[in-house]
Amino acid sequence: MLTEISTQRKTYYEELQDKGYSRRDFLKFCTMIAAYMGLQSSGAAQVAEALKTKPRVPVIWLHFQECTCCSESFIRSSHPIVADIILDKLSLDYTETLMAAAGHQAEEAMQKTMKDHYGEYVLCVEGSVPAGADGVYCMIGGKSSMDILHEAAAGAKAVICWGSCASNGCVQAAKPNPTKATPIHKIIKGKPIIKVPGCPPIGEVMAGVLVHILTFDTLPALDGIGRPKAFYSKRVHDSCYRRPYYDAGMFVETFDDENAKRGYCLYKVGCKGPSTYNACGIIKWNNGTSYPIQSGHGCFGCSEESFWDNGPIYERMVNAGGFGIEQNADKVGMVALGVTAAGIAAHAVATNLRKHKVVDELIAEGKQSEHELKKD
Amino acid sequence: MNSTTVSSKPQLLRRVFVWELPVRYYHWLNAGCILVLIATGLIIGDPPAIMTSKEAHSSYWFGTTRFIHFVAAYIFLFNFLFRIYWGFVGNKYASWKNFIPTNRQYFKDMWNILKSDIFMTKGYNVHTIGHNRLAGFIYFMTFIAFGIQCLTGFGLYSAMSDWWLPNLFSWVPYLLGGDFMVRTIHHWATWFFILFTVVHVYLVFYHDYVEGHGEISSMGGGWKFIEEEIFKRKKKIKNSNL
Repeated sequence: MLTEISTQRKTYYEELQDKGYSRRDFLKFCTMIAAYMGLQSSGAAQVAEALKTKPRVPVIWLHFQECTCCSESFIRSSHPIVADIILDKLSLDYTETLMAAAGHQAEEAMQKTMKDHYGEYVLCVEGSVPAGADGVYCMIGGKSSMDILHEAAAGAKAVICWGSCASNGCVQAAKPNPTKATPIHKIIKGKPIIKVPGCPPIGEVMAGVLVHILTFDTLPALDGIGRPKAFYSKRVHDSCYRRPYYDAGMFVETFDDENAKRGYCLYKVGCKGPSTYNACGIIKWNNGTSYPIQSGHGCFGCSEESFWDNGPIYERMVNAGGFGIEQNADKVGMVALGVTAAGIAAHAVATNLRKHKVVDELIAEGKQSEHELKKD
Repeated sequence: MNSTTVSSKPQLLRRVFVWELPVRYYHWLNAGCILVLIATGLIIGDPPAIMTSKEAHSSYWFGTTRFIHFVAAYIFLFNFLFRIYWGFVGNKYASWKNFIPTNRQYFKDMWNILKSDIFMTKGYNVHTIGHNRLAGFIYFMTFIAFGIQCLTGFGLYSAMSDWWLPNLFSWVPYLLGGDFMVRTIHHWATWFFILFTVVHVYLVFYHDYVEGHGEISSMGGGWKFIEEEIFKRKKKIKNSNL
């Protein structure tokens, strides 16, 4: 049954030819995506071979608590084939945003894919799952997102968490997290899970992850928390074109100063590049046009866990919980230092009052010896 | 001045070798590292505003500051590891037993030190030769703080290094949910070191002043001087670690 379907399904290359792409366009795409994936030059041929011979991988793409910025980012990735290949051709059997079907038809399509391609399809999840109030904060077709996720994940060969919502909860999970928004890896156990964080992630990164799975039939190499190493092993800071200013200690002090105009490092106005792992500095956005730092705004770490709670956006410092607003480590530390100094002064005075007898004895004893030596 | 009546006869003092040479090396190396790490760390956390008309290529002071911080951190780590080792092979004043409470007496002694040196209750003058129990316990806390700084510091550093040693710490950011939290803990913990240093230096002067045993110089020569009668009393209490 499964092999039958596989032979019926067209390969990516066939689909692209139908769509009117030339072989040249196809190879250009393969080369580009292989480079993004960090493959060696022979990798482009491997990608081309895979897309030419392998049938489409069925994909179910679920949307839960999210804003669809991941999908938006994806369909705007630089090469048109990215959107075409993945969205039209990748056999998106179910995705709320882009599927033509609605209502029962759509549900049927999803059920069919889950049944026909059990253990074969890739489950993409955009958004977090609300665990609070039995999941009523996100219901689709009468089912809670929690139930849908469990059902869909059961037969998936891998789960891809698109964006920060699915990877770490993003804004819905920010304090106080009223819906108990939960990232996917905390719900689904025992399945290979790839996190592609970012708000949104870069379109080319998303395409790179998918093409890697198509090409090699394996997951890309992941780091300790499940992000593809090819895109998330370096900090934004490490590939920043303003890095020389950082090393030279030349910083923007305020956004309207001369240093900002000269394009100095945004470290002191809260750039989170030094603690953010992403490929923005290399792949950039909008066909490689720019990225936040290049347009004069610090990175605010959208691909890092709980970045909403790690504010303020325009300061290096972390506000202290329980110390009131606008209290950071250095301010609290300085107060503690003042209190310590006052305590020491009080202790020194008390020592001279309470222990004067002991001290006087020591002094007298020492002076007596001094006196006796003088007599000689 | 000569009319001062002396209540006790001049004491005979006994020289006791307390801090072995490796302990003293450790102490001063550690002190130096901590001061350098605090200074460079605070600069890295909040660099001063320097207005300059130079181009970036002609300056590297911030990179140099970070370099010094990392070098000091390596020395600090190895020095710390050495001290842990010495806690098992050194003399009884260097032993790990001074720092980690293993029995109820430890806490009773700590309470006595509090009464003697902090609340200054009349009649309490606890004199110890090595670390007193309260100090020992606070050093145990500092060792924990050393550990926290090493874990968070090298955890942050691991992403910049290909060497296996810092990469042993690469799990730390994963555990804490990213570099941001690691950086925050690293920064907050710095203030523990600042406060510790201030209190530590004060208390050394305090003990020297009140006890007259040569507390300040002991970390130079390694010895303290105790009254003959205290020496005899200590010798009798054989089980005491003090």
